[in-house]
Amino acid sequence: MRVLNLLKIATKAIILNKTRTLLTMLGIIIGVASVIAMLAIGEGSKESIRSTISAMGSNMITIRPGADDRGPARGSGGDVQTLTLDDYNVIKEQATTLSYITPVVNGGGQVISGSNNWPSTIYGVNPDYLDIKVVGLQSGSMFTNIEVQSASKVALIGQTVVDNVFPDGQDPVGQMIRFDNIPFKVIGVLEEKGENTFGQDQDDVVIAPYTTVQKRILAIDYLNQIMASAISEDDAPEAVTQVTEILRSQHKLMDSEDDDFSVRSMEELISTFSSTSEMLTILLVAVASISLLIGGIGIMNIMYVSVKERTKEIGLRMAVGAKGADILMQFLIEAILISVTGGLLGVILGLGATVFIENFLNWPTSVALYSIVISFAVCAVTGIFFGWYPARKASALDPITALRYE
Amino acid sequence: MSKEIIKIEDLKREFTMGTETVHALRGISFSINEGEFVTIMGSSGSGKSTMLNILGCLDQPTSGVYEIDGVSVKDLTRNQLATIRNEKIGFIFQSYNLLARTSAIENVELPLLYNSKVTSEERRERAVKALEMVGLGDRLHHTPSQLSGGQQQRVAIARSLVNNPVMILADEATGNLDTRTSYEIMSLFQELNKKGITITFVTHEPDIATFSSRTVVLKDGEIMQDYKNHSVQSAADELAKLPKQDD
Repeated sequence: MRVLNLLKIATKAIILNKTRTLLTMLGIIIGVASVIAMLAIGEGSKESIRSTISAMGSNMITIRPGADDRGPARGSGGDVQTLTLDDYNVIKEQATTLSYITPVVNGGGQVISGSNNWPSTIYGVNPDYLDIKVVGLQSGSMFTNIEVQSASKVALIGQTVVDNVFPDGQDPVGQMIRFDNIPFKVIGVLEEKGENTFGQDQDDVVIAPYTTVQKRILAIDYLNQIMASAISEDDAPEAVTQVTEILRSQHKLMDSEDDDFSVRSMEELISTFSSTSEMLTILLVAVASISLLIGGIGIMNIMYVSVKERTKEIGLRMAVGAKGADILMQFLIEAILISVTGGLLGVILGLGATVFIENFLNWPTSVALYSIVISFAVCAVTGIFFGWYPARKASALDPITALRYE
Repeated sequence: MSKEIIKIEDLKREFTMGTETVHALRGISFSINEGEFVTIMGSSGSGKSTMLNILGCLDQPTSGVYEIDGVSVKDLTRNQLATIRNEKIGFIFQSYNLLARTSAIENVELPLLYNSKVTSEERRERAVKALEMVGLGDRLHHTPSQLSGGQQQRVAIARSLVNNPVMILADEATGNLDTRTSYEIMSLFQELNKKGITITFVTHEPDIATFSSRTVVLKDGEIMQDYKNHSVQSAADELAKLPKQDD
């Protein structure tokens, strides 16, 4: 009842000072709107990275030779020869958390068909590869385990290779190509995947049985990496631990020795790349928060002026029976009303800005509910925090002095 | 014997100004009964304003007794004083002190906003009744800027009546008004007083005192005179005697 009356009084005061209130709100509006828009941009880029990586197979686990020196400038593990087919066999036998696993050997070379040639990369794998990378076929079929065992010269090619080596639009399936002078029969074309987040063309590949690539093209007996797939995304961390344990005992590493290989799940890769965009988000939000803070100071400033200006009114209210708490509440409610209304308008403006950014600047955005809730809550707190001091000052006025104030 | 509304015994109020102690009131005793119309007179520096502040429960005495409607004010907290002001006193100020850009009825409702026992319907009802009592029943939604000085003071009087106080406390209530309007307002006070409302009127104008039933004259913080006025003049009659206005 009493609070309702005070709410009425505060609303009235705000309505009587429309322009001033609106100008005061502007700081909060801009602050909230920019927090929401900035977070939407940050979330959007994070999500786009995540979705690209997920498209590469979110359960995927990669095992590379060489110690794990994580960082953006990691050297190629391919030069280290500590990963062997035995490792692959042991993991395949012992790991319970993996659904698919394939050895990977790869190397660059020229793809030639007739008079056309194209530099590409050949990946030697087993049939599990398609399931691990979550990639389908446009046409033809995958090679079989028997073809792997017999090191058959069969290959699947990606769309980029098709476009460059078979520019006339003929069906590549059944055609012969040469990769570094080794003839392969094309038995399938991989589904188009486009570029990944890192700008790498995922369709510029040739896939062949690893035995064939190992023996005939690279002439090596080690593996460049092992790719596997955890049963589910949730199993991925467990799978990483399991594989690490298996490989440590397989490589007969002492407790004091570091791993001579690295096992990574996609989740880790995601977090590595997300951390960059997270940094950016934090920076953006920090800037936006400062404008919210300035908005708050604006409220404090105007409330302070308002208290001064209405000293006589405060005196009168006290004379007719308003308690200190009533005056405090009146001004506090006024400050909160300004900040919350400003917050509400800010949310609307922020969402509008997000739609604009998405449609006209073509940046990926994603509005997280938490960003709305948080910035709105911050607004209310701002109102209380910055409204408190002036309100407190008003309530502590001596009614006699206040009444005489001119 | 009618009920004692105000009881003051050996009331003192001292202010400390730096190292000096100023004795604003030096031991005052008097009482006001229900239905009285008392003017408190005195020149500036007589302790009149201090008396008013204490009577209005805006200030507390340094020593002595002050009881309003049987409640001793001396040791009450700020909040308790606010409640007394809200329920027992109706204030009228020299400069009206109405809320700007706020309608007459909302101005009158103000004291009741701070009384949670009064519902919003009752509040409106009582405000309308109070405005009708002061003859502004047709100007409920006018804002102060749309009203004349006399009308503004009437709104202020309605505001002081709305909480059914035990006493109306007026501070130079006619000080900002011309003679004609002053008499109009005084005649309104007399009317209200006839209805049984206790009025304490603080003023320095001697002719105002002739309309009251009793006058207390303060000088240097002490009561110099306290006399019953045996020939109370009617403000309405005085008003009639004034030369007719040209307009």
